Amino acid sequence: MLYSEKVMDHFNNPRNVGVIEDADGVGEVGNPVCGDVMKITIKVNDADKIDDIKFQTLGCGAAIATSSIVTELARGMEIHDAAAITKRQVADELGGLPPAKMHCSVLATDGLKVAIDDYLTRHGRDPIGGDIQSENPDFDPHGDIEGEHEEACDL
Amino acid sequence: METERSAFLDYSATTPVDQRVIDAMMPHWTEGWGNPNSLYRQGRDAFRVLEAARESFAAGIGAANPTEVIFTGCGTESDDSAVLGIAHAGMAKGKGRHVVVSAIEHKGILEPAKLLSKQGFDVTYLKPREDGLVYPEDLRAVVSDETVLVSIMHVNNEIGTIAPIAELAAVTHEVGGYFHTDAVQSIGKVPFDAAAVGIDAASFSAHKIYGPKGVGALYLKRGTPFEPLLIGGGQESKKRSGTQNVAGIVGFAKALELMLEDLPAETVRLTALRDRVVAGITGSMPNTMVNGTMDAASHTSNIANIVIKGVEGESMLLQLDNRGIAVSTGSACSSGSLEPSHVLLAIGCPAELAHGSLRISLGRFTTAEEVEYLIEVLPPIVERLRAMSPVYAKMFGDES
Repeated sequence: MLYSEKVMDHFNNPRNVGVIEDADGVGEVGNPVCGDVMKITIKVNDADKIDDIKFQTLGCGAAIATSSIVTELARGMEIHDAAAITKRQVADELGGLPPAKMHCSVLATDGLKVAIDDYLTRHGRDPIGGDIQSENPDFDPHGDIEGEHEEACDL
Repeated sequence: METERSAFLDYSATTPVDQRVIDAMMPHWTEGWGNPNSLYRQGRDAFRVLEAARESFAAGIGAANPTEVIFTGCGTESDDSAVLGIAHAGMAKGKGRHVVVSAIEHKGILEPAKLLSKQGFDVTYLKPREDGLVYPEDLRAVVSDETVLVSIMHVNNEIGTIAPIAELAAVTHEVGGYFHTDAVQSIGKVPFDAAAVGIDAASFSAHKIYGPKGVGALYLKRGTPFEPLLIGGGQESKKRSGTQNVAGIVGFAKALELMLEDLPAETVRLTALRDRVVAGITGSMPNTMVNGTMDAASHTSNIANIVIKGVEGESMLLQLDNRGIAVSTGSACSSGSLEPSHVLLAIGCPAELAHGSLRISLGRFTTAEEVEYLIEVLPPIVERLRAMSPVYAKMFGDES
């Protein structure tokens, strides 16, 4: 199993680590029993744009790298656009992920969606995040994601 | 510029080939390359070399007779052959269909055991106690006259515990079963005497003891029922067909000889280094835990397994690798499977802690400098990763 240079860069020098104390939205996903927990905090401005975003992650190299890249992607984005970031986009931005690590990009996008929905529900608005895959009882956190295998392996 | 420091601390994964082993093997590639099964001179020469290596190896493991040693292609082949071969042949001889393996076996045992279940055998996965040891009385409670085979590893590859194989073999024999032990991590590192402990079969591998990869051996006590895994030309007394890797086998025998020469002194030296690893890591950080008993009689000198709570193992491993340090982890992420180490789970280590385990294993070329380097580099890595964790303070307090 090999990580791309970009994964190693984000793992070794993660961007936007920390917690926004007066966050407008908080998303925490994962479970220590599975080895991964990710927490994303966001500040959202009046135009529904993500002004600031930080993360904390307990997990493997890919979990840290996917959290880091998702904060970079989402910063400055309108929340609907941010909620639409896909696991594939996250993996592609990192130059690919080993198949067994694709779940980490699911966790990263889920964490962001949960934070955005938290912001919306705090303001009495309807959540937009959609499916939180990592909370599906059938989600296998360490399994391959169907159909992603070959494309994910283009390292 | 920082000088390049490094530390290879994963000798239980593999070892470099000792130069003396290379020197012993070389002529059997360059000159004595004959097929030991050929009748002409080159073949006879190779045969004599092969049989001399077998005698030397047999003496090294305490076999009563060199014919009880079968050379194979690796430790896994020896494990597969023993589990499947003894269970099948034992059953054919009228024994029952019950097989016992410990829950902390290597996959080389667990996978053929799984295959036996599919074939209609009744397999018991015997749990060790929390100290990592399989107790003879616990074995006695699960065996019966239906038990054909019991396989319990001598030294565990992850936590370094030493099973009481003489007692376990005796319990197995009380009910008429055969006893196999995976001794891949034990020969040359702890005393091993096949005939004296009374086992029926054992597996070995060369590359764990400074020999070449791709060479293994199986001890099969005379009279043990066995059905070969590899069939063909009938080499190795029809127990393992295929032309023997003469040079590799010579290297294996030489490697074992060197291990046994050094065993008493190395045990003392490595025990001191291992104790320093444990004290250095547990003493420099809060929230650590040592897995398996560290009682001298029940723990090998060269392995330490330590949980660093609240940190994921792969991230530690990668950070250590950045600094030139090689270790292993029992985290799920490093194995690519759903669960963390089955060994740690079996001894009662909770999954969330097992994800943060490090296995540090020492060997012939390990120096005090390497150990000190690890002890110096690890704490700041752990501190940084714990600071990045959303749950560390919640789960383990803010002792740090």
